[in-house]
Amino acid sequence: MLRWIRQQLGFDPPHQSETRTVYVANRFPQHGHYIPQRFADNRIISSKYTIWNFVPKNLFEQFRRIANFYFLIIFLVQLMIDTPTSPVTSGLPLFFVITVTAIKQGYEDWLRHKADNEVNGAPVFVVRSGSLVQTRSKNIRVGDIVRVAKDETFPADLVLLSSDRADGTCHITTASLDGETNLKTHYSVAETSVCQSVSQLEALQAVVECQQPEADLYRFVGRVTVTQHGEEIVRPLGPENLLLRGARLKNTKEIFGVAVYTGMESKMALNYKCKSQKRSAVEKSMNTFLLIYLGILLSEAVLSTILKYAWQAEDKWDEPFYNQKTDQERNSSPILKFISDFLAFLVLYNFIIPISLYVTVEMQKFLGSFFIGWDLDLYHEESDQKAQVNTSDLNEELGQVEYVFTDKTGTLTENEMQFRECSISGTKYREVNGKLVPEGMTDDSPDGSTPHLVGEELLFLKAVSLCHTVQISYDQPDCLVGGGDPFSHVNGFSSNHMEYYASSPDEKALVEAAKRIGVAFTGTSGDTMEIKTFGKTEKYKLLHVLEFDADRRRMSVILQTPSGGQVLFTKGAESAILPFTTSGEIEKTRLHVDEFALKGLRTLVVACRHFSPEEYIDVDRRLNAARTALQQREERLQEAFSYIERDLQLLGATGVEDKLQDKVQETIEALRLAGIKVWVLTGDKHETAVSVSLSCGHFHRTMNILELLQQRSDNECAEQLRRLARRIKEDHVIQHGLVVDGASLSLALREHEKLFMEVCKNCSAVLCCRMAPLQKAKVVRLLKTSPEKPITLAIGDGANDVSMIQEAHVGIGIMGKEGRQAVRNSDYAIARFKFLAKLLLVHGHFYYIRIATLVQYFFYKNVCFITPQFLYQFFCLFSQQTLYDSVYLTLYNICFTSLPILVYSLFEQLVHPHVLQSKPGLYRDISKNAMLSFRTFLYWTLLGFCHAFVFFFGSYILMGEDTTLMGNGQMFGNWTFGTLVFTVMVITVTLKLALETHFWTWMNHFVTWGSIAFYFIFSLFYGGIIWPFLHTQDMYFVFVQLLSSGSAWFAIIIIVITCLFPDVVKKVFYRHLHPTSTQKSQSLSAPQAQDLSCLESLCCYQHGQSGCTRLARLLEHMTGQCKASANNCHASSRSNRSWSDTENFYSNDRSILTLSPIEATHC
Amino acid sequence: MVKEVPESENRPDNTAFTQQRLPAWQPILSAGIVIPMFVLIGLAFIGIGVALFVTSRSIQVLEIDYTGVEPESPCFRCSSSDVNNCKCNLAFSIDVLFQGPVFFYYGLKNYFQNYRNYGASKDAKQLSGDVDKFTDPAVECAPYRFDSSGKPIVPCGSIANSLFNDTFKLYQIVNGARKEVPLDGKGIAWWTDYNVKYRNPSITPLRNAFNGTVKPVNWPRPAYELDTTDPANNGFINQDFLVWMRRAALPNFRKLYRRITEGDYSEGLPAGNYTLEISYNYPVLKFDGRKTVVFSNVSWMGGKNEFLGIAYLVIGSLCVVMSIVMLIVYAKFKFPDED
Repeated sequence: MLRWIRQQLGFDPPHQSETRTVYVANRFPQHGHYIPQRFADNRIISSKYTIWNFVPKNLFEQFRRIANFYFLIIFLVQLMIDTPTSPVTSGLPLFFVITVTAIKQGYEDWLRHKADNEVNGAPVFVVRSGSLVQTRSKNIRVGDIVRVAKDETFPADLVLLSSDRADGTCHITTASLDGETNLKTHYSVAETSVCQSVSQLEALQAVVECQQPEADLYRFVGRVTVTQHGEEIVRPLGPENLLLRGARLKNTKEIFGVAVYTGMESKMALNYKCKSQKRSAVEKSMNTFLLIYLGILLSEAVLSTILKYAWQAEDKWDEPFYNQKTDQERNSSPILKFISDFLAFLVLYNFIIPISLYVTVEMQKFLGSFFIGWDLDLYHEESDQKAQVNTSDLNEELGQVEYVFTDKTGTLTENEMQFRECSISGTKYREVNGKLVPEGMTDDSPDGSTPHLVGEELLFLKAVSLCHTVQISYDQPDCLVGGGDPFSHVNGFSSNHMEYYASSPDEKALVEAAKRIGVAFTGTSGDTMEIKTFGKTEKYKLLHVLEFDADRRRMSVILQTPSGGQVLFTKGAESAILPFTTSGEIEKTRLHVDEFALKGLRTLVVACRHFSPEEYIDVDRRLNAARTALQQREERLQEAFSYIERDLQLLGATGVEDKLQDKVQETIEALRLAGIKVWVLTGDKHETAVSVSLSCGHFHRTMNILELLQQRSDNECAEQLRRLARRIKEDHVIQHGLVVDGASLSLALREHEKLFMEVCKNCSAVLCCRMAPLQKAKVVRLLKTSPEKPITLAIGDGANDVSMIQEAHVGIGIMGKEGRQAVRNSDYAIARFKFLAKLLLVHGHFYYIRIATLVQYFFYKNVCFITPQFLYQFFCLFSQQTLYDSVYLTLYNICFTSLPILVYSLFEQLVHPHVLQSKPGLYRDISKNAMLSFRTFLYWTLLGFCHAFVFFFGSYILMGEDTTLMGNGQMFGNWTFGTLVFTVMVITVTLKLALETHFWTWMNHFVTWGSIAFYFIFSLFYGGIIWPFLHTQDMYFVFVQLLSSGSAWFAIIIIVITCLFPDVVKKVFYRHLHPTSTQKSQSLSAPQAQDLSCLESLCCYQHGQSGCTRLARLLEHMTGQCKASANNCHASSRSNRSWSDTENFYSNDRSILTLSPIEATHC
Repeated sequence: MVKEVPESENRPDNTAFTQQRLPAWQPILSAGIVIPMFVLIGLAFIGIGVALFVTSRSIQVLEIDYTGVEPESPCFRCSSSDVNNCKCNLAFSIDVLFQGPVFFYYGLKNYFQNYRNYGASKDAKQLSGDVDKFTDPAVECAPYRFDSSGKPIVPCGSIANSLFNDTFKLYQIVNGARKEVPLDGKGIAWWTDYNVKYRNPSITPLRNAFNGTVKPVNWPRPAYELDTTDPANNGFINQDFLVWMRRAALPNFRKLYRRITEGDYSEGLPAGNYTLEISYNYPVLKFDGRKTVVFSNVSWMGGKNEFLGIAYLVIGSLCVVMSIVMLIVYAKFKFPDED
């Protein structure tokens, strides 16, 4: 029991041994050393709560938040000691906040439960006691033999035993796991693949041994021991034998597999990612501000406590005859009294920490993030993909980005490969209309003439069409069902029905090109690959595949040729192959490869090696030994691979073009104008990378390109860096671009980080080529942790970008062709690179302004709220008398002032989106967290204090002269005084936000005026009834009496105006004396506003008018002669039109329609 | 198992809401709008300010301190604590007719009715006529909950106990003789207070409801005998009591004592000499308190209050001044055009 608890809590690893032993069909050995193992059942639990633990667990989770905990403490203090306000005042808002959050989380969990139940309850077929039994997915146990039919998903991680095909293979897609839509072939062990029926499986005696569950989707090491006729046969198992839960069976009628990892131990479940724990800069400043406010709160409480005792030192104040103390009060210990007084003040002022801030921020982020997904400008028509928000916590961070790290392939480019050129035995060829044309020759061969390919060319093409992992899918895959051999059908179809699927787009392009030229790959059957060379079929037996990996950067196949010899074809990066070549036109090919790279083509080098029979036996033995190893299999495989892939004969090289995506250049230019530095990180060759950089506008022709390449030693690297730094200093007029390669970068990062940073910062563009995935992340981290702590954004599409996406402050995934891993690990996902401009410049800008104002405003309104309460203590002997009624204290943040700011923070648009996008410079206005700088924070806080002083002393002077304010001579009491202050406050605080609001939709109007109206209606209602359950009826008719006084009305108006007056003046002066570029552009968008008034059209004046004429015109306008001359307006509309003409290429066509120039002629 | 997601149309809706294109009014706070706005507001405020100021000026107020701190004060004799049932006469004269209706206030200074414990020290249920609370007053009333013999105090609590108990009679000296000015004790408290919020228990006669209870310690008479002249003005709906129960917001306050509306004085107090006969009971010197009487008439906006008028004038002129400054700035510094 204890052990179980410890396991649940994660103290003990649940599995002691490194491998697990699975007895197929749970046929445990009858005798001997069988230790029963405990495996998880096949239930997937993604939900966090159950019905029973929801309340305690959710409460625990919520109170782990510091703010909630703080309010809980306040609430408990109120319960325990005699405090000025009833526990309800802080209990109710807390309850409200907790309930709202709990409901949201409960709902989400309910959805998860529903999804879980659907998954866990899905019907599956399991072989039990000799027959096929239908059961529910959750009942599958490790060791069960599961039958899966075509197009079903696998209910657990299964080791493939057999399929309906004779060779025991099956096709699957892992689209839901990693997004790769290509078909993958999985294999079964020959000994089990014969068991194609239930009865045969019943007789199968097999044990699977494999490693304990781990999250890596592509790693699986195990072996199966089949007992046949009393003899134990051991076979290795690898990832190609494992069918992952969540993958889908394709092109195969049915398979049988034994469950090895079930439920939460399946690889899919282990890959459930917790949401990223990234925190935005805004949140960090918010927490700083909270601490400052906590400081203010504490100092106010301490000050009040001290002053209270200073007053009480004199007996006549402490205990006048009219206010005697009880014996208990007299006798309690002074220290206890002091503490309880301090706590009471703390409670009295605790509202200065805005309880609803977190809830509102969370709500704003959650609701606000929908706008990204909804945006048509971020919708990609061709692929039917819209932007996707994986975490809404970082919305505002999009407006703060200073560095963009972008991958090249698939991010800047389409990742849509087109075969362009190749080099065979030192001759360059181009592909023209499906023919290979040697360099310098024109395509003059008459049509229909049989292509004549010499032996080298043929060998090269065969290598290309054989050395790959491409799959074929037929248009009518159902036709395949009948037989296991697809070849029997191929002849019946024209090859147009054949489509290649590959995980690597390069391979696909190459195989397709080979097919066009005449060497078509037509399919794989078992271990036979078939190609058609100009109609002639050739069969190659596939002996081994040496899979691609990122370290080797090449892949190979070993084939048995129709003539019987063994040959190895390999292809890979030129740096990974050329060093191992011994024959062929090495130098010429190298030149050609560089040439291709300069053109921006992606290059691959193809080579082969013929084995003698003895060699092959050696190779075969080594490979098999490595593959069956249970320990250190990968290392041993690497060893074997490098032993095999040497002494190569160079065949040639290929050049594949990757087209640039749409509008990459404009996007990069826009980002640069926005003050964002763009770094391109790519695995490509340096020449390729530079040429793509140039073509996508990352590097300009005029730029001085600095190079830090192929540095071999530390000293050399440092020397080069210093040289570069000097060059930058000497020549600071021209822009610099820096090219670094992976090896030099790691040297530079190891010892000379500072120097390197120095150089980088002075370069307007940086290009890092030959980068390994982890290096990408390292670069991001380096920038992230540099002294300025810039906000970084990483964007990429492939699995190799994941580490960088996770490392950067904001990670963006491109929904490309390289699977969905980047998308899954990203914070936001978009379909195209060009969408980045709108995402940052428009959405980021909006979110930042919204949330920054939201935070500042929240602090402001709570200062306004609680400072009068503090000031009142000076007039009531620090007796902790509240100024406002408890209900008002409770509802201020929940009801009276909550909605306008929420609506503001959802809809505010300081500048029109088109303007933001066409003037990227506006992004600089908000950079460096400008709106949450300490200065602005101070401004808002001081403003809050000032307003609070005006509310309080305005009301004080009005009532403090102690004359009646009513026509009937009657007097007001303390609650009327408090209500007056409160009324003024609610109106002022709401109107202050109205002043900040620039974008008034009907919702803003509704909530702004509605909040004030609601306050009045509520107060009339609240004061109009004797509430039977309330302890006192202090507020009865107070509000009506207040409103029945004419003086009170006049006072409310004058106090509100007094508060807002300086603010308006300040705004006007700033706008005219120090306008920010944002403010300048507001006038640009103004002509588009529908309610363009004459006065607003003042901006229509032409250049060069003197101040006097402007003044005259202004006066003219003021006197109502609204005759903005047609001239002026024409000018403005013309400029407007030209602006929309020239700059609209950032937005798509639809948006131009909304930007009609006609609107500008309103005046 | 899991159904394959059908290839759905992911295209977002093209609505004004989802595309953030809601029609919106986008005001810009530029000089162009603000200057005329300020001029208008400023002029309006100056107008209102003048009106308020003039109205306030027309209100007459007469405030007389009768604490008796100074030896020459007529109430000096009464202010020492060992004197009981002391009466003093305060003579004053009015030069011109004091326009009626005249309101007669008493004022207290340095008196903290807004002390928290003090304010809480009452039983709202009891005061709304709940007889159960007569035997068991709320705990907040302590130390004025039970008397020393354990009997419940009704009305309980500090506020009730400290009821202001100076009484006044006003005489006009007409040809050397004292002519009493009738004082109207009705309508000095809020109508809702004595009709809805505070209720006597529905037991007649009222005194029976108070059986088994004792009067507040400082009170000379029990609650049901507060007004001997009018039986309906007793118990918890006695208006003097209600005026006192409505706590003042600040330490210096006035409370309405009587209205002068009847007989010869309905037009106001004519010029002449007057004597105020004070029965001096309420001790304030221990806490440096002051007691005053105030005669005042009111306008529609209440009593004399110059603050509002001045505030409107100041803000109004500021608006106008600022709009002129803005105009100059606007003319001198061009609004930076687009470049």
